[in-house]
Amino acid sequence: MSKPLITVRDLSIGYGDTTLLRNASFDVPRGDIFIILGGSGCGKSTLLRHLIGLETPLAGEIRIAGIGAPRLEGAAPRFGVMFQSGALFSSMTVGENVAFAVQEWTHLPPEAVSAIVRAKLALVGLEGSEDKLPAALSGGMRKRAAIARAMAFEPNLIFLDEPSAGLDPVSAVELDELILALNRNLGLTVVMVTHELESIFKVGKHCIMLDRDTRTIIAQGEPQKLRSETDDPRVRRFFNRETSIPQWQ
Amino acid sequence: MQFVTSLKLLDTRAIELMGLWARMNDSELIDRPSMVFDERLSVVVGMLQRFSWERVEAGDASVRVELGGRITIDDAAALWKRISETLTHVEGVRQLELSLEQIQMIDGACMALLVQFRTDLRTRSVACEFSGGSAEVRRIVELYGGRSKTRQKRPVRPPVNAIEQIGSATLGVVGEINQILDFLGRLVASTLHVLRHPKSLNLRDVGRTMERAGADAAPIVLLINFLMGFVMAYQSAAQLKQFGANIYVVDLVGVSMTRELGPLMMAIIICGRSGAAFAAELGTMKVSEEVDALRTLGFLPLPYLVIPRMLGLILVAPILVLMADAIGILGGALVASISLDITSTSFLIQLQSAVKASDIVSGVIKGVVFCATIALISCQQGLATSGGAEGVGRRTTSAVVSILFALIVLDALFTVLLALFGL
Ligand SMILES: Nc1ncnc2c1ncn2[C@@H]1O[C@H](COP(=O)(O)OP(=O)(O)OP(=O)(O)O)[C@@H](O)[C@H]1O
Ligand SMILES: [Mg+2]
Repeated sequence: MSKPLITVRDLSIGYGDTTLLRNASFDVPRGDIFIILGGSGCGKSTLLRHLIGLETPLAGEIRIAGIGAPRLEGAAPRFGVMFQSGALFSSMTVGENVAFAVQEWTHLPPEAVSAIVRAKLALVGLEGSEDKLPAALSGGMRKRAAIARAMAFEPNLIFLDEPSAGLDPVSAVELDELILALNRNLGLTVVMVTHELESIFKVGKHCIMLDRDTRTIIAQGEPQKLRSETDDPRVRRFFNRETSIPQWQ
Repeated sequence: MQFVTSLKLLDTRAIELMGLWARMNDSELIDRPSMVFDERLSVVVGMLQRFSWERVEAGDASVRVELGGRITIDDAAALWKRISETLTHVEGVRQLELSLEQIQMIDGACMALLVQFRTDLRTRSVACEFSGGSAEVRRIVELYGGRSKTRQKRPVRPPVNAIEQIGSATLGVVGEINQILDFLGRLVASTLHVLRHPKSLNLRDVGRTMERAGADAAPIVLLINFLMGFVMAYQSAAQLKQFGANIYVVDLVGVSMTRELGPLMMAIIICGRSGAAFAAELGTMKVSEEVDALRTLGFLPLPYLVIPRMLGLILVAPILVLMADAIGILGGALVASISLDITSTSFLIQLQSAVKASDIVSGVIKGVVFCATIALISCQQGLATSGGAEGVGRRTTSAVVSILFALIVLDALFTVLLALFGL
């Protein structure tokens, strides 16, 4: 087996005095589709921010092969990131958003850049929206534009924070197919947060589940196996959509 | 009125009824001709009191409260009042049963109040249970009260006395100054980086800043400084006339505009316009994760966002200061010719001897330093924003206030330094 792309050892993360996750260790293999699961507010987005290098861990280490500890220091991006809120630059059009990094870090003429932009937008079903401002897009369209921006620079690693939340079922399935296709054809490694059971089973190769109360990883492995073999009630509840709200007939 | 007499009852409830009757009298519901009096009365009673709350003593140290009727958010205030009354009269009570038997309907808000009532009673060591109730009512109980996790109360912070407050406020100010200096250090490092890699400069934002902060601010800078010169000359005219020293209005206006008022007024306007704009703009980018997104795309916030803004302001500062000087002196000249009988020729001749090149240059340098300070503080505050829309507002306010304070301190420093060097 080849060396993992991301290794996380004894990682503790949090904000100020609150720890969200303690002593977490996991690997993301190259070419994987790695899913981070867990209830709302358990620290999935925060974990992603640490993997990207936007925050410094309280303890432990993160290594991305070829980069070492993730640091953002003003060089061509080595991975793409889609934030949960999209975080499109509101003063630029959608096209400019997608073109931004390509323009800065390559020596392509403007026509070539705009061809790339058009292709990336078409990939996420946003053809023809180049000249719109982010404020004039719907929530789902903003998400897709943000995905296009994350993929614009042809990264071989991409971080997605709830990419299909707020998309209609058809677009969500299309997005899953897109992720699978990129993964198969280009070997793109995907680390994503999602709650959609369907896409977890469809695209996920490995997953970890975080828990807010114990502040640990309570399960890791292949989604299908976890579903069928787990004896942890919290994991079972998640995969079988059981709730603790009483059910009535 | 006639129904009161027929009722033969003048307790408080009847008086309430009368009031309501008077208000409702022309409403369709009450005044339907087919309605007999009893029906009307029951409608009014139904409106007056839609729920009932009966307290029954059930043996020693044990109380039963029987709730009934339709309890909705409209009744929440009345319900809360009953709850508070009951809570103040629970001495000696060991057990309280809240009977939901008679409730026809209850909504979530009121159930939340009842659950709170139960919690409050339990903290006073009164055992409290809900009893009875239809299936629907039990469901709402389950939904709101079934999963009651006991939350720990947040520790109450002890009150802070005045001296501690002054101390912590002082530490806060020192901390802010520290942060600004820290930011300045990082900015210098980034500037060196940009100097070595000039291509990495975001020229688009330099141009945009020059246009917005410079060209767009020109009219207001001109107007304010014209009025400054005008008012200053006018105020001093009366005094100077008394001594026949009319011609010295030229020295007064010329020197104070170029050395002091031109740059200062310009800086105050730039602070209000661009300082606030930078802080709000960068603050919004920060809270909407745009700054983070920028970093993931390989751009550093200081070279990409801050240096262009600072450079833009520094480049427009000399032009704005010179414009402010000239128009201020023009305002003075107008007053001089109108009320002090100084011709434009003699004004100009006197101006040449009154205003030295060093006055103008020191004013321009001041203006540049002021503008750099405005950019520094507003960008620092903007990038330090956290906490949503309110955070942006807070940082914008504090940026403007800190800038004004810094401007006055710098101005005083300049005055002392220039005096030391005899300029
Ligand atoms: N900037 C911050 N400062 C302090 N606390 C924060 C900050 N951002 C998030 N938190 C807290 O950290 C916890 C985890 O937040 P995070 O955004 O990582 O959750 P999440 O797992 O992504 O949830 P969701 O599925 O709802 O997106 C939350 O309790 C939140 O209140
Ligand atoms: Mg999240």
